[in-house]
Amino acid sequence: MNHSLQDIRQQAAISAKVFIQRDYTNGTVCQFQTKFPSELENRIDKQQFEETVRTLNNLYAEAEKLGGSSYLEGCLACLTAYTIFLCMETHYEKVLKKIAKFIQEQNDKIYAPRGLLLTDPIERGLRVVSFTKTLNSH
Amino acid sequence: MHLGLDEPVRECQYNQICTRNSSPMETLSHKKKRTPRRKWQIFPGRNRFYCNGRVMMARQTGVFYLTLVLIMVTSGLFFAFDCPFLASNLTPAIPVIGGVLFLFVLGMLLRASFSDPGVLPRATPDEAADLERQMDAANGSSGPGYRPPPRIREVVINGQTVKLKYCFTCKIFRPPRASHCSLCDNCVERFDHHCPWVGNCVGKRNYRFFYLFILSLSFLTIFIFAFVITHVILRSNRSGFLNALKDSPASVLEVVVCFFSVWSIVGLSGFHTYLISSNQTTNEDIKGSWSTKRAKNNYNPYSYGNVLTNCCAALCGPLHPSLIDRRGFIQPDTPQPLSHSNGSGLYPSTQNHTHMAAATPLLHSDPVMMGRAGPPPSGKTSLGGPCSSLAPSQPSLPSSMPGLGCAGDMLTLRDPDAHCHHHHFVSPEEMPSPLGPSSLVLPFAAHGGHLNPAQLYDPASQDSLHEDSVRGLVKLSSV
Repeated sequence: MNHSLQDIRQQAAISAKVFIQRDYTNGTVCQFQTKFPSELENRIDKQQFEETVRTLNNLYAEAEKLGGSSYLEGCLACLTAYTIFLCMETHYEKVLKKIAKFIQEQNDKIYAPRGLLLTDPIERGLRVVSFTKTLNSH
Repeated sequence: MHLGLDEPVRECQYNQICTRNSSPMETLSHKKKRTPRRKWQIFPGRNRFYCNGRVMMARQTGVFYLTLVLIMVTSGLFFAFDCPFLASNLTPAIPVIGGVLFLFVLGMLLRASFSDPGVLPRATPDEAADLERQMDAANGSSGPGYRPPPRIREVVINGQTVKLKYCFTCKIFRPPRASHCSLCDNCVERFDHHCPWVGNCVGKRNYRFFYLFILSLSFLTIFIFAFVITHVILRSNRSGFLNALKDSPASVLEVVVCFFSVWSIVGLSGFHTYLISSNQTTNEDIKGSWSTKRAKNNYNPYSYGNVLTNCCAALCGPLHPSLIDRRGFIQPDTPQPLSHSNGSGLYPSTQNHTHMAAATPLLHSDPVMMGRAGPPPSGKTSLGGPCSSLAPSQPSLPSSMPGLGCAGDMLTLRDPDAHCHHHHFVSPEEMPSPLGPSSLVLPFAAHGGHLNPAQLYDPASQDSLHEDSVRGLVKLSSV
């Protein structure tokens, strides 16, 4: 079984995943590109896609926000030598749970009926948002 | 700290029992009947894991133990010999403050050493293939065997053009400020430097612990130094200088250790305070990425503008979660990240990563094996003064340097007593594809083709495979 480069590429095309890469124009904060990929053109409309990605971006921005509450959490944690996180979860983790719920919701309501599956970026190390085409209609 | 070893021993026994009960289901695959494996066991980087994945360190931890010993011995001597005198003659607050400082220093050190510095997990095969497709489309096709030019993407952040490099090992475009640590073989976010004193990389997730460690250690060293001198002076006032030294001999040792530590640690704290206030990493400062000497209008696009916000952001900002999920269980259906040895970087196309997958057993056995290998000989560790002098070895050739740099470390993997490690090799189902018979795999070719593909899946020959791999990679280092 000699896998050539062409075979591997073909396999990747058949499993049909569309990857939305990170958008670094605002620095190192976690944001994804809102540019609509051409492979999804006949599955969902542009508005829907952009709204999903924009909501995700807003949620991640909320997780990484620097403000009064995050400073308070940081100082409190430092004073307790970070043992406080044994009993409570960080603000970021709370938002990650919110994001997981949002993605579940989006999949159930919008993407699954159209034959797409949205994966949570945290499962891909926050590198990509991936859409998997579940129906083999193409 | 060899708690992680209990699992492989159990696994050895479990597998033996399993093969005896021959039933159609179980003969299918040993993997299904095995205890579910956690992700740290197949982690592709060169890290050591303890406490079933809770603790994560670099491979060379000898200098970390030295740090620990120095701190504990000096503080121990202080509490045992100087504190009784100081508490009774000056104030009992001294040992109390000393105790709090000492505990804080230890806590921060352990936190900085044991936590995930912000390692970026490697790309899954699908993602890597997608990126390759995009890059080939942009650059035009290149035949197999021709080495494509380094891939770079440019992005404008806050008005500055930043180049994002493609990491051949991790198969990703590195986020800004991320860097690939050649010692740990991982891409780390907001990479500061690899600190041997702490036994880990210093990156986004553990930078504040590292900073608080060196800051509190400076206070502790100055504290001990000052009070040991006070102690000796007070005693000499009573009974003369020589008698004072005779009565508390430990004080001499403490003063010597503290004297030398103060210069390096306080200097390092000062340097990192400057870095934090300007929101730079050691990496960026050493390379002069944002210095005005490079370009007239060069400035740091990540800085928030004022010192206070920069400090707050670095020290009190949100704590990012670990992206590698060390303790999660491996799901058979989820795509596993590409993992291949450092030498394979010379063949960056996706075709060859499958061949390199065969080399991964060498690295996968690390977490378990290194736990038994003991501290490496002192010649291996790169000692040198403070951490700031250890600039990360930035591979100018993105892939070949890590291979050559680390091959010397491979010598420490020769442990013929590690009987159980073959159970931690990637099982056949987990490998992306079997080895092609005609592939010219560099490490294995180096020792004249001892290996043939059929041998790879025979557990009985894994030990010899391991030895051959080590020899092969050692030869690679001499190239």
